[in-house]
Amino acid sequence: MAAAVGRICGARLLKSYGVVGPQVAQLSTQSQGWSRNRKWILSTLGVMGGGVGALLFALEQSVQASGSEAHPPHQPWNHFGWYQSFDHASVRRGYEVYKQVCKACHSLQYIAFRNLVGVSHTEDEAKAEAAEVMVKDGPDEEGNFFERPGKLSDYLPSPYPNENAARAANNGAYPPDLSYIVSGRKGGEDYIFALLTGYVDAPAGVVLREGQNYNPYFPGGAISMAQVLYNEAAEFSDGTPATASQMAKDVATFLRWCSEPELDERRLMTIKAIGIFSMLAAVVYYMKRHKWSTMKSRKLAFKPVSKK
Amino acid sequence: MSLWTTLNRVIFKRTSTFVLAGVAGAFFFERTFEVGSVAIFETLNKGKLWKDIKHKYEQ
Repeated sequence: MAAAVGRICGARLLKSYGVVGPQVAQLSTQSQGWSRNRKWILSTLGVMGGGVGALLFALEQSVQASGSEAHPPHQPWNHFGWYQSFDHASVRRGYEVYKQVCKACHSLQYIAFRNLVGVSHTEDEAKAEAAEVMVKDGPDEEGNFFERPGKLSDYLPSPYPNENAARAANNGAYPPDLSYIVSGRKGGEDYIFALLTGYVDAPAGVVLREGQNYNPYFPGGAISMAQVLYNEAAEFSDGTPATASQMAKDVATFLRWCSEPELDERRLMTIKAIGIFSMLAAVVYYMKRHKWSTMKSRKLAFKPVSKK
Repeated sequence: MSLWTTLNRVIFKRTSTFVLAGVAGAFFFERTFEVGSVAIFETLNKGKLWKDIKHKYEQ
């Protein structure tokens, strides 16, 4: 590198540019440049900042490398990319998978039925979905709690009343709430997809406790959730063949929507930001050329005073 | 250049017309920009959006 720079620049590196060189190099108009103390402080800060950054990076990498779990392979999600919206047909199928399979154990407590309107369901369909569940409401005029059919404003019902009940029903393991699971797990939807389709028999030497299964993508390998997605485990209303990988893909897309319902908005905002900032960049470039035109075309002439 | 001079004389010289031109310009710019951006977004994501599949589920 240094040799290449030396060959290209040659003797110019050695040439003195007088006072202008250091000024330009240090972005300063002082002719002396930086003082010793300032140099010392700034270089210490730089070395410390760089060192801490490198340490954090190394720690992160070593933690990733030291785990025993398999890293999920990257899948070509069709909402990945600067301008790519959700595939809403896939979100709808994913909701169907959640409803028919995942809902038995996992809650989705931060998603309300009204959130489905205009995303995966029409308003009438979402109302029908809500009406299928019974919601505890109250107190009424006599102070009693009662059950009523769900409304659009209700949140999706949880399968267990509380965490202890969920643990008691699942060998002590708590099925996590799925509302933000895709944002909350390393690997995101790649991880969900790999986990749902990655169940294998435990290799020799791995001891599983009662009710546990082996999944190489789960940290530690021993997961209390059994494999749930088999071909035809759910049924799609749009007639898509319900293979295990199709269901895993759709439910991962749906869970990404649950975690980031604003993704479509953001993609649209990207397009708008690129448009606005390219216009502003053109204006700024013009202004720069305009302001510098006098400086660039200026000529300085020294007219020595003649000694008489 | 004469267009610029006319514009200058008719609109930019008087504060009232200048402000009016600014407000009207902002309105039309915003509308064009918004509609244009949404059109680009919907073209890029044709077939994936809810508006592309909702006819299947509406009575």
